[in-house]
Amino acid sequence: VASVPRPQKLPAPSFELIHHTLDNGLRVVVAPDRSAPVVGVAVLYDVGFRSEPEGRTGFAHLFEHLMFQGSANLEKLEHFRYVQSSGGTFNGSTHFDYTNYFEALPSNALERGLFLEADRMLSPRITEENLANQLSVVKEEIRVNVMNRPYGGFPWIVLPELLFDTFANSHNGYGGFEDLESATVADARDFFARYYAPANAVLAVGGDLDPDQTLALVEKHFGPIKKRQAPKRPSFAEGPLTAERRATHHDAHAPIPAVAIGYRTVDPIGSFDEHLAMLLLAEVLSEGDASRLQQRLVQRDHLVTDIGAYLGEFGDPFDERDPTAFTITAHYPDAASLEPILRAIDEELARVSEVGLDAGELDRVRTRLVSQLLRELDSVLSRTLDFAKFELLYGRAELVAELPGRLAAVTEGAVRAAAATLQPDRRAVLELIAGGHR
Amino acid sequence: MNEVVPALTKPRKPKKLTAAEQVLDNGLRVVVVRKPGIPLVEVRLRVGFQSTQATHPARAAVLADSMLTGAGAFDRTGLAAAVQTLGGDLSVGVDADRLVVGANVLATNLGPLLGLLGTALTDATYPAEEVATERDRLVEKLTIARSRSGVVASEALGKRMWGEHPYALDLPQPDAVAATTAAQVRKLHADRVRPDGAILVVVGDISPARVIGQVEAALAGWTGRPVSPRVPRLPDVVPGPLLLVDRPGSVQSSLRLGGTALARTDGRWPALQLANLIFGGYFSSRWTENIREDKGYTYGPHSRIDHHLLGSSLVLEAEVATEVTAPALLETQYELGRIALLPVTDAEVEAVRQYAIGTLALSTATQAGLASTLSGLLAFGLGLDWIAEHTTRLAAVTVDEVNAAAAEFFAPSRLATVIVGDADVVAGPLAALGPVTTEF
Repeated sequence: VASVPRPQKLPAPSFELIHHTLDNGLRVVVAPDRSAPVVGVAVLYDVGFRSEPEGRTGFAHLFEHLMFQGSANLEKLEHFRYVQSSGGTFNGSTHFDYTNYFEALPSNALERGLFLEADRMLSPRITEENLANQLSVVKEEIRVNVMNRPYGGFPWIVLPELLFDTFANSHNGYGGFEDLESATVADARDFFARYYAPANAVLAVGGDLDPDQTLALVEKHFGPIKKRQAPKRPSFAEGPLTAERRATHHDAHAPIPAVAIGYRTVDPIGSFDEHLAMLLLAEVLSEGDASRLQQRLVQRDHLVTDIGAYLGEFGDPFDERDPTAFTITAHYPDAASLEPILRAIDEELARVSEVGLDAGELDRVRTRLVSQLLRELDSVLSRTLDFAKFELLYGRAELVAELPGRLAAVTEGAVRAAAATLQPDRRAVLELIAGGHR
Repeated sequence: MNEVVPALTKPRKPKKLTAAEQVLDNGLRVVVVRKPGIPLVEVRLRVGFQSTQATHPARAAVLADSMLTGAGAFDRTGLAAAVQTLGGDLSVGVDADRLVVGANVLATNLGPLLGLLGTALTDATYPAEEVATERDRLVEKLTIARSRSGVVASEALGKRMWGEHPYALDLPQPDAVAATTAAQVRKLHADRVRPDGAILVVVGDISPARVIGQVEAALAGWTGRPVSPRVPRLPDVVPGPLLLVDRPGSVQSSLRLGGTALARTDGRWPALQLANLIFGGYFSSRWTENIREDKGYTYGPHSRIDHHLLGSSLVLEAEVATEVTAPALLETQYELGRIALLPVTDAEVEAVRQYAIGTLALSTATQAGLASTLSGLLAFGLGLDWIAEHTTRLAAVTVDEVNAAAAEFFAPSRLATVIVGDADVVAGPLAALGPVTTEF
């Protein structure tokens, strides 16, 4: 008989977090950790795809590119050069509910990193020339990630249109070329004025730093930025579907079909514990070879090449406010398998909700999930980005450390209840038609 | 230097790592590094996997995909559940040089995880039904991989650079995979998955001396010497005419250039590393500033140096808009010619020097990053000391040395070029730059 290891107590991380709000409304989180001579700097603005006006799909992301094109004191290309010639790395990304800008740096470049972020919060250089150049770059980004790639943007770009109703939630976040091409410098200036106020942002600084010194540097560089009113963010919530929706999506390059099944689920912030139960359900369904859908659809029925269940439209369960989505995706060789696949998934969901979980199943899945979450916190930059994100979306960076404890409190009953909400009449099924040759 | 930009302060040195190393009686080399932080541990086991046999890439890939589908008394679900219970993950990957079993686990559970690893190494069962499942999935996964323009381009470049050498045939063919049996995979495991000459790296919140004992206890039953094949040396790259692979309707072209590079053990390596960064190895490079930030031809061009056991190679990659394919190649050739013929500036060298030093520290600042980097280095006879000393080597590189390395390795006449794109649109303009061979 194989000896199966026994579960142990879940480890809980602890972080020193210092909070401060500047007079201009910028929220600051400082997280010292002297274990390695590196720091992370992250600025998150409370604006994402969902805040884009109609006719301007993709604008939040195009604007993110413009934030790298020079600022109050820096010419074009200087931002990149200053970060990299300090030994650091940088990037930015646009999400449904926020946009982030970040650097990982040797700790002797901390003040420089703060200056670079403050300088563009003060005023980015938005010119016709930069806009035209970055419009081309963004089009190439969309071509490489979506148009020229099999399964490109599937399903994050194409599922929202079927799953949600409002423009805010359903439009393509990368944007249509027509909308992108009609964007103007004036649009960009307005967008900056409206959404890039210090009071609409969170700054997190983590790693090898002295908190008092760091707060003084933050005050020095960000303090002089004028206070502006943060825009009032409307609720984008949409209630659950009441009838199944179906659509097809043609993919010219994909050699085999695929499907994305989306469900609108609970408010990830207001119903946090139910949201965590939904997260554990996703892990029970598809994390690893012992998961329910892998066993059933991959190993036993041989219906799919791969299958995955995840929470959050980007695959990160803590990345958006209400609404969010629970999604199951699968690739399968035979287009005729779609109905058997849907039936098998429904049967497995019913088995979880009606019969419940096996002895030890929830514990092992939870232990692995906590270990995975801890692993992501090892990098100072990921940690810093997480503190900023939880501060912005949840109002509490501390939640990063509390997650293992909150997950430990989720009961089997809660996971069963989560499964019971995923009924066929509440799902949107997007079938990818493979147009490529095998 | 812009005077409003804050100066750098005095750099802090990283903490010295404690490590332990031992070659066990079974010939397995074990390197353990204590790296506290999160309460986890990372494991990388590296086993040599080169071969000249035509059937090898397919068998190796099926082996990697089915190694964890049964071991000792565990069936597939039982093994996966046991690993999860520990807060762990086990995975297997393979390429033309090596098989890597990677793992991570809660630090307190390292012992039992090593036990499960030992069971998989000594007692993998490769049940016929599970092997068949993975074989069929692999055929589909390969079909999906080859529907990507970039994969087609890399494969074509490999053939152009290495001809019939096994390195060029690393991605298995679907019919070879379909013909692979469980018995063949079991034999490959018995022949090759052996401890003598293999390298195990463990990095995490653990005590090195104690972990050596744990490894010894868990893997003592794993024994034997692998069958070791003789693999031919890499052929010299013969650039030849530009190879255009037709992909009708493609809205972008995958541009790939490749040539020979230096190994990290070569005294000129740090200079070549810096030359590559200046050319196209980081965002502030000449190539990116030209074809992205000035021309808007592409989202992100990138050049890098790959280190294989039999030789290193320089690889340039860019996905460019179809209508500017030839102009993008022209600018690429211009930047290659420029860095090969004209001196780089002091400022360029200083910028990439700091970038190389800083990003080496960042990439080894996590347990996973350090484990993977170290595992990769050890296969080449390099180790923790090399990481520590590399900063000094980078600091000593002169502008002249960078120029010499650039002149030798970035000369456009030394590089093979492959483009995957819509031949109807791009073949004509490309012909203006030189001879083109088209593959439909």
